[in-house]
Amino acid sequence: MAAAGQDAKFFQRGKIQEFRAELLAAESKDKKFTKRKTVLKKIVANITMGNDMSPLFTDVVQCLGIPLLEIKKMVYLFLVYYGRSKPDQIHLVIPSFLQDCNDRNPLIRALAIRTMSYIPIAVVLESLTEQLRHCIKDRDPYVRKTAAICVAKLYTADPRRAEKGGFVEMLRDLLVDSNATVVANAVAALSEIGDRQDGVIFKLNLTVTNKLLAALGESSEWGQIYILDSLLRYVPERHSDAEIMAERVLIQLQHANSAVVLTAIKALLYLMNYMENRKLVDHICKKMGPPLVTLLSSGPEVQYVALRNILLIIQRRPSVLKNDVKVFFCKYNDPIYVKLAKLEIMYRLAREENAREVLAELQEYASEVDIDFVRKAVRSIGRLAIKVSPAADSCIQALLELIETKVTYVVQEAVIVIKDVFRRYPGRYEGIIPNLCEHLDLLDEPEAKAAMIWIIGQFADKIDSADELMEDLTFNFMDESVEVQLALLTASVKLFIFKSQSETSKNLVHKVLKWATEEVDNPDLRDRGFMYWRLLAINPAVAGEIVLAEKPAITTDSDRMDRGALDQLLLHTGTLGSIYHKNPETFIRNAAGKALADSPALNALSRQVLVPVARSGLPSGPILIQGPGPVEPREPIAATSSSSIQPSASAQASLPPGGSSSELIDTHATEDDHDGGRDGGDEDEDYVASPTGAADPYANLEGAFGGYLADEPKPQKNELDGLF
Amino acid sequence: MISAFFIFNQKGEVLISRLYRTDLKRSIADVFRIQVVSNSDVRSPIITLGSTSFFHVRVNNLYVVAVTKCNANAALVFEYCYRFIAIAKSYFGKVDEESVKNNFVLIYELIDEINDFGYPQNSEIDTLKTYITTESVMSTNIAAEESSKITTQATGATSWRRNDVKYKKNEAFVDVVETVNLSMSAKGTVLRADVEGHILMRAYLSGTPECKFGLNDKLVIDKNERGSLGDAVELDDCRFHQCVRLDEFDSSRTISFIPPDGEFELMTYRSTSNIKLPVKVIPTVTEIGTSSVSYVVTVKTNFSNKLSATNVVIRIPTPLNTTSVDCKVPNGKAKYVPADNVVVWKLPRIQGGQEVTLSATAHLTSTTHRQVWARPPIDIDFQVLMFTASGLIVRFLKVFEKNNYNSIKWVRYLTKASGSYQVRF
Repeated sequence: MAAAGQDAKFFQRGKIQEFRAELLAAESKDKKFTKRKTVLKKIVANITMGNDMSPLFTDVVQCLGIPLLEIKKMVYLFLVYYGRSKPDQIHLVIPSFLQDCNDRNPLIRALAIRTMSYIPIAVVLESLTEQLRHCIKDRDPYVRKTAAICVAKLYTADPRRAEKGGFVEMLRDLLVDSNATVVANAVAALSEIGDRQDGVIFKLNLTVTNKLLAALGESSEWGQIYILDSLLRYVPERHSDAEIMAERVLIQLQHANSAVVLTAIKALLYLMNYMENRKLVDHICKKMGPPLVTLLSSGPEVQYVALRNILLIIQRRPSVLKNDVKVFFCKYNDPIYVKLAKLEIMYRLAREENAREVLAELQEYASEVDIDFVRKAVRSIGRLAIKVSPAADSCIQALLELIETKVTYVVQEAVIVIKDVFRRYPGRYEGIIPNLCEHLDLLDEPEAKAAMIWIIGQFADKIDSADELMEDLTFNFMDESVEVQLALLTASVKLFIFKSQSETSKNLVHKVLKWATEEVDNPDLRDRGFMYWRLLAINPAVAGEIVLAEKPAITTDSDRMDRGALDQLLLHTGTLGSIYHKNPETFIRNAAGKALADSPALNALSRQVLVPVARSGLPSGPILIQGPGPVEPREPIAATSSSSIQPSASAQASLPPGGSSSELIDTHATEDDHDGGRDGGDEDEDYVASPTGAADPYANLEGAFGGYLADEPKPQKNELDGLF
Repeated sequence: MISAFFIFNQKGEVLISRLYRTDLKRSIADVFRIQVVSNSDVRSPIITLGSTSFFHVRVNNLYVVAVTKCNANAALVFEYCYRFIAIAKSYFGKVDEESVKNNFVLIYELIDEINDFGYPQNSEIDTLKTYITTESVMSTNIAAEESSKITTQATGATSWRRNDVKYKKNEAFVDVVETVNLSMSAKGTVLRADVEGHILMRAYLSGTPECKFGLNDKLVIDKNERGSLGDAVELDDCRFHQCVRLDEFDSSRTISFIPPDGEFELMTYRSTSNIKLPVKVIPTVTEIGTSSVSYVVTVKTNFSNKLSATNVVIRIPTPLNTTSVDCKVPNGKAKYVPADNVVVWKLPRIQGGQEVTLSATAHLTSTTHRQVWARPPIDIDFQVLMFTASGLIVRFLKVFEKNNYNSIKWVRYLTKASGSYQVRF
């Protein structure tokens, strides 16, 4: 083993002149080149620390003549850093590069073209183009595999030059190279070129795909990932093609590298869309479960990636992890991002049979330290009540116990979910309203307050002191947030309808309507105020029918993603898009969108819900992202300016924000669904394609859970793109 | 793919900076420093700002960071960071600020080799060590044939092994290391118990040995020896080193491979059925008014009295407003550690079939607002040699080599828990 280095002493800021002098002085009496090696190390350390060393260009280049490999590598590193900024001096090193390109030693040849291709300026590229032509056909596989990646670099720097030089065709030839490592790198390079907006289209046919699969076994783990990833570029024309291919991919699930496993799963999920054999599909689903669970014993970062993906996969293929809820129970020392991701999966996997265990866990989490986690746990208890009706009683009991702790954020979360529980089970739990009213003073967040006010308004006939409570709540009406003001407005109208005889309620509604229409600037509030006012003025009885109309029942179908959108998102399994649950083209500039390609083998339902890639004209400015869930209030103008790119985002933006909207807008609950309890096998038959939200996977989510998705991980919009 | 790779120290200073692509500038490092290093509440290992994503892994106060500008394969990026750390460990023993600074030139050389244009390349440590070294190599002196050997290996089907390995004595050591995860409820029911097994091998074998490895895997035993029940183990899942032929495992569940030279992890497995829990913890914790908490914690060992648990450490949480704790233990040492709000009870050794009990009282200060105590779980670490919680046994390890030499094989078993054996109370 190599002896431990002693280079830390070079980590000191130095001056250009000093280094120059040192290099000059080292030229004499430096037999073993140790002096110059030392100066170069200092220079590399200074580059690392962010000191601009480019003025030393000519001095450093002088060292290229030294026959010491270590020095050559340091000079090359210097060139990779500063070559680009010295187009007028770079010709000095070309002869040395050319010499290395023709060295007898394959490692040197590869090093030369690798370094040249990192310096994307015309002079270098010109000589590279010439050399690459030979190197891509070099007899040594190491040189060929390096040349393959060089083509991708060349293409990035100068696409026309690469195309004119015929390099794309040469890469294509490498796909059937005798060496698996070369094949894998050629696949990686072609995939990169194929993903460019202006690039050539990279599709695979059956023959080449089979050759790639044959190379899989001999590839390095990274090579396997590139090859597995490229399988999505092959569109099966016959069911049997997809089925045979899937069987060959299946064995990779046992690989130690989690990226190999996840990419294999991506390929399998893709191929399953083209399969007919139900038994095989079931078999594959069964085989995918254990490796996914095993990913949870990797490092926490990989666990996180796995969990976010599992959340998507079980929505599309519930049979993969049907009986495994226990493995997603949180460990006390899991990092917070792992815990939050696990919680979401626990909720998804909860069913009547395991509801008791899940609830016990959630109760345990509700007493932990991290506030976000506790809140999400409390909210999950409420969602569990809504999802699994036999468990509702014990969930409500648990929520009541939590309210008794009087911890403010716990109480607020509990109130928010209980509002939804009331809507889910009308007439079953109104008896607990007095318990809620006792803790009115603990509520200081708008969402919780609005929820409580909704409860008071909705059940004003069952709460004796409703008018007094409302009187208190409206005391600071003008200082409340819009969300709370909207809730107060609606609640006082309801109160008046229930208790039209009471003087207090009459005064109250009058007062609130006046505030809303005359004092407040918010147009939503004003418009709603006018609407109520006219309703009440024209015919109070009809007003009552409208305001207290029967609400559509809350169900949990709406927190499942639309099938077409899900199919599309699963094409990005393992990538950033799968972590944020967003199609990459919506948040990464120049990212390639993906869509299932139609073919005779594509199963009918997938075809029915197929979502094509949105190939909109690219905006010139940075792309603005509308995160899932409520509209962020920070940049209301940005939301409208992005409307030309994302129609769905602008549609959301125009809705009144937050929970109160659920009252006015019905939650498109059209699907006939028994979430979680179904088998992978028969899911296709009972699924009714919903026409909503093709582009935005969460389009049908609006309203049902208010701000629930607010703490979902999401990319941040940022001006970075402009700066860097 | 990966556009840039950085290593930061705890202060956010850049120790290594390598840009693989021109779509980023070095100043991107400042963004990471502001967003992650100086942020006390980082809640994700991935941060995406606009189109730029930062992936980070922490190791000994260092941040190993990869930056991407595309829809990168997140699992691949993290696996690459892990692999870098493993390689660095193998090259310089440990990965910390000092060792990174001491070897920065070598690290640059390595990350140029194992990653090209952001695409991870061959990263087999054994092969890398044949041509990325700290020794001064004259570039003119390298024999082209020698290099060809290296390149063939680096790109070949068995890139993990040199073919010229020679030993006088051919030996192979197999270590089966099982980590038990336990989560037990306050009522004493097992919420979750599973075993993560790692089979580590140190192969000192000459030539190109072909190995076959056999376990008491239930699926194999059921197939071959019908009717033999009892000692077979049900494995939920196995994952193998790159060297194992997955197609053979898939078709016949045989584990066959040509091992890398030296130490490597042959396989990992998971088992959840019939887990033998080696240690039982029975806590009785009573809050006496608001002034004290009394603890009686019994630890029982649940294996043969010929074996023993060593390095036993039990961490018992105390309320945040604890001032002092009186502990009584029959053996070992128990101490209250105020910084972590726990009583740490250390026992160098407990024999099988024994039980020991700690009794303690925690004294509390009176607080103005009574906060509910979250009661984190009791956590216990231990090691038991020659015991597997899953019941797994190595049935055979066969070595075939064309020189037909004899080889000696050694097998060791260890079951341990560290940080994941938890009992609520």
